[in-house]
Amino acid sequence: MVERKQVIPGDVIARGDYRYGSYVEKRGDMYIALRVGLAEVSREGIKLNPMTGPYIPRPDDEVIGKVIDINGFGWVIDINSCFDGFLPASFVFGREFSPATHDLTTKFKVGDIIGCRIESFERSRDPQLSIRGHGYGKIPKGEIIKISPTKVPRLIGRRGAMINMISERTSCDVKVGQNGVVVAVGPPEGVVKTAEAIKMIENETHAADLSRKVEEYLGGAPIGSQA
Amino acid sequence: MEAKRKLIGDDGLRLDGRAWNQLRPIKLEVGTLKNADGSAYIEWGKNKIMAAVYGPKEVHPKHQVLPDRALVRTRYHMAPFSVDERKNPAPSRREIEISKVIREALEPAVIVEDYPRTAIEVWVEVLQSDGGSRVAGITASSLALADAGINLRDLVVGCSCGIVDGQVVADLDDTEDKEGSGDMPVAIMPNLDRVTLLQVDGIYSRDQFQKAFELAIEKGREVYAMQREALTKKFFGDGQVSTSEEEVAE
Repeated sequence: MVERKQVIPGDVIARGDYRYGSYVEKRGDMYIALRVGLAEVSREGIKLNPMTGPYIPRPDDEVIGKVIDINGFGWVIDINSCFDGFLPASFVFGREFSPATHDLTTKFKVGDIIGCRIESFERSRDPQLSIRGHGYGKIPKGEIIKISPTKVPRLIGRRGAMINMISERTSCDVKVGQNGVVVAVGPPEGVVKTAEAIKMIENETHAADLSRKVEEYLGGAPIGSQA
Repeated sequence: MEAKRKLIGDDGLRLDGRAWNQLRPIKLEVGTLKNADGSAYIEWGKNKIMAAVYGPKEVHPKHQVLPDRALVRTRYHMAPFSVDERKNPAPSRREIEISKVIREALEPAVIVEDYPRTAIEVWVEVLQSDGGSRVAGITASSLALADAGINLRDLVVGCSCGIVDGQVVADLDDTEDKEGSGDMPVAIMPNLDRVTLLQVDGIYSRDQFQKAFELAIEKGREVYAMQREALTKKFFGDGQVSTSEEEVAE
């Protein structure tokens, strides 16, 4: 049995002995909310889903960023956070990388949009990024849509249900970064619909029948499929 | 001041018709500014104050960076049109002081250790001023911080009390502040039961001090109820928020 309640900073979510996640502080036997959000109390522990907040990097997050600077050793990436990401050139060119022989601009230029993964992040240093793995690297075209980072889980949906539905119905390839940056590629009318659907999810994140509403909005057949 | 007029009438009511322990009307609104990360607007008596929060963001100039915590910056500013005679927009001695005390009133609530090497900026702009603008500013900025989604131990809420015609009264307006004989702004974290701001001017007896201090806290809790309501209205207000299970990614 999961108990849910609306909390604001300073509220007592529960008393007793629980495991607890982010945005919750333990004070004596009380668990205190640190954000405005929906708190879930179950046998597994206490979880707080915040309603608002900035993006704070976590290792293994998939993010979409923009190259804002290049230095001799790598690229500085704006990842929509208060911390800039750094993508070391050695992660891209391999171990034989040398600033003297490799030209970093041949790979990414300032202004390029790239999909990457947070390799590591510690409090004392800016997050390190990596493009190793499938699906990362430069995103050559598409429309950028931004959404509040706290609403990304809702946009993706359970096992990707929501984002897959949007992608299918609009005939768009939609990439979602945990940092709240979304890139949609496809027919213009599909991109417009995608943007509208994302705005809808942002505005009505916690509506009970959001999936149905979005589905209704997007309509039946995928764009461009009917003869 | 010689030949003072009476600020409390024979019927025990004050100039604006309030009882000794009555607050002025308060209106609070969260998320009024689109471009700020968090914002709030407060009308408290004749006060009209806008609070905006930016951040956490990168610190400039770089030498001010704190390696283990966030830097909280606050600017309390009165608009030139906020008072009867045009106010010079340059920060005055008074505004610099109030910026400092607002910062120190808010900082204990902000979990600054969660945002190392960043800055959190709080802007308090007084559009129209009346008595008690610093506590109104604190009340609005703590809502703006919550709206920005910065981790907070508790909200901060303020209320002032003072002495008028030898009597302890709650929530002084501009006239009572200027012509009365004492003013005591207090800010508290209501759930933690902590005082984050206590300033006093005027001369108080031991009993008067005790009474004014306790009254300020009691009235502060009344304002907290309104703060709560404003925040709840913004985020859960339209009845769209369901507490049933959500389909979210793990």
